[in-house]
Amino acid sequence: MLILMAITAGVLFAAGIYMILRRSLVKVLVGILLLSYAANLLLFNSAPLMRGVPPLIDTLNNVPGVYADPVPQALILTAIVISFGVTAFAVVLIRQVYVVTGNSDLESMHCTDIPCDDEEILSDLEDEIK
Amino acid sequence: MIVFPILIPFAFAILSVFLWEYQRVKRVLAIIGTGLLVVTNIIIFINVQQEGIHVLQVGNWPAPYGISLVVDLFSAIMLLTTSIVAFLLAIYSWKGIDTQRRKYGYFPLFQFLLMGVNGSLCTGDLFNLYVWFEVMLMSSFVLISLGGERSQIEGGIKYVILNLLASILFLSAIGLTYNLAGTLNMADLALRFQAVHSSGQVTMIAVLFLVAFGIKSAIFPLFFWLPASYHTPPITVTALFSALLTKVGMYTLIRFFTLLFPMDSQYTHTIILISAGFTMLTGVLGAASQTDIRRLLSFHIISQIGYILMGLGLFTEYAIAASIYFLVHIILAKTALFLSAGMVEYIQGSFDLKQLGGLYKNRVGLSMLFLLPALSVAGLPPFSGFFAKLGLIIAGFESGQYFIIGVALVVSLMTLFSMTKVWNEAYWKTPKESKYLDQQRTVSAWRWVPSLIMVLLSVLLGLLANPIFEVSQAAAAQLMDPSVYIRAVLGVVR
Repeated sequence: MLILMAITAGVLFAAGIYMILRRSLVKVLVGILLLSYAANLLLFNSAPLMRGVPPLIDTLNNVPGVYADPVPQALILTAIVISFGVTAFAVVLIRQVYVVTGNSDLESMHCTDIPCDDEEILSDLEDEIK
Repeated sequence: MIVFPILIPFAFAILSVFLWEYQRVKRVLAIIGTGLLVVTNIIIFINVQQEGIHVLQVGNWPAPYGISLVVDLFSAIMLLTTSIVAFLLAIYSWKGIDTQRRKYGYFPLFQFLLMGVNGSLCTGDLFNLYVWFEVMLMSSFVLISLGGERSQIEGGIKYVILNLLASILFLSAIGLTYNLAGTLNMADLALRFQAVHSSGQVTMIAVLFLVAFGIKSAIFPLFFWLPASYHTPPITVTALFSALLTKVGMYTLIRFFTLLFPMDSQYTHTIILISAGFTMLTGVLGAASQTDIRRLLSFHIISQIGYILMGLGLFTEYAIAASIYFLVHIILAKTALFLSAGMVEYIQGSFDLKQLGGLYKNRVGLSMLFLLPALSVAGLPPFSGFFAKLGLIIAGFESGQYFIIGVALVVSLMTLFSMTKVWNEAYWKTPKESKYLDQQRTVSAWRWVPSLIMVLLSVLLGLLANPIFEVSQAAAAQLMDPSVYIRAVLGVVR
């Protein structure tokens, strides 16, 4: 089971990295999503997987011989909530990029290096290129 | 006591969310909140200096099981510095942020960002650190894109994607750590990693953390998001980011590589040292070709990060002390530079060096607000930058790393060149006829007073170099001897 989980996490990481290298912003977002699933799965597997074993110690404080570790589950619960919030923000931001720039191609986003709104500088630049 | 640096910004952020409609109240709240924070952090700093490391077990859960908040001298120094900067920036924001941005929640976000920063500085738990980092990142995401200008949105998307990637790497590293050690308490982890002794797995986790925090603190070769995004928001936000975000990344790097991963230092610290050299060099070379003040200063952030990293890479007590002193110096001096750049833009309407000029002739006082921190950053005596770099270079000689010393000195010279370029272009040359030129605007006290205080603090840091360096040496001594930290958190050494 653990090996299957490990392979799944690995495939998710690989797919995520492939997707964030794409030019389209939406695909990059999908890549980020896949990567965060992969990280969550990795967290989930950080304690041994067990079936049908309680995670709790009973009221008499008897520590059972085998018990499931509840910590990773608490961790991924937090991690999932955080990645949900962050993804929601990223979706809105990508929509805003589309509204402002009119496309979602990462190659066209050079305004941070060459000011787009300043016509004087742009025309200077064109002259220099000529 | 040590939970207050987190609670105060939280309370004030919630308050200002409730008072969303009242612009003036929100501004006053921000100034009161950060002012309170400064007072609290001064008290914490004095307490920690006198009584040693302060620990709080949240919810009274004993150490390895619950979440511990730990403030040692290094955390206390960072808390104090960041809160002073935040206080001055809150005052500067009174005029430095336009009404539109203030209406859409600039001040609550400012407070949430501070909460994240303080949380990261205080926590002694790995996963808790991740949560605080996310709090910090989330507010910074919104702050960087708040306003919705085209360049802001484009810079924002680069910033968001690369930082999300870093968070995912960080989370994966936490998963692997838990798998290996079965605990996430930093003191407990340090103890267990010490028992492992240079296993390949620990080194791999260490490098994973190095990459994750490397992206966040913009070290070579992971810094490309910084020059693409930092210059896009209003200058106050840029100053805030440069003072807090990358520096918290550096704080965690220093914390991790002194507390958790000191055993395989031959390997990891060589990587750090090489990376430090390239970070310094690429940052300053990138700055050389810029004509926009904000972009030029953004590249200098990277180059200065390299110096802090150099101290960590040398890994002696003296080197770490120099790094801590450098951190404080650069937070103050860099913020002062950004604030004076903001005033230049306010007067002449541009950040472009080609359009600017003649400021020294008309505004001598204002030019001094740029000149003093600029000389400090370049490393001229008697300013703080000189002592910080001197400390690093002495540490380098002690370790016999002559190559990195050479790089540091060359970069220092090039920083001076870069600063004189800004000085010549913006302050000395007579400006050509330009549509931007408007010498009549008066600078409000809300802008120049915080800037002046920042410059004075920066100068004071240089003049009082000896006592302050002694404090950072004490902090470095604590860092280099993890057993003190472990004993403070876990109670008895098991």
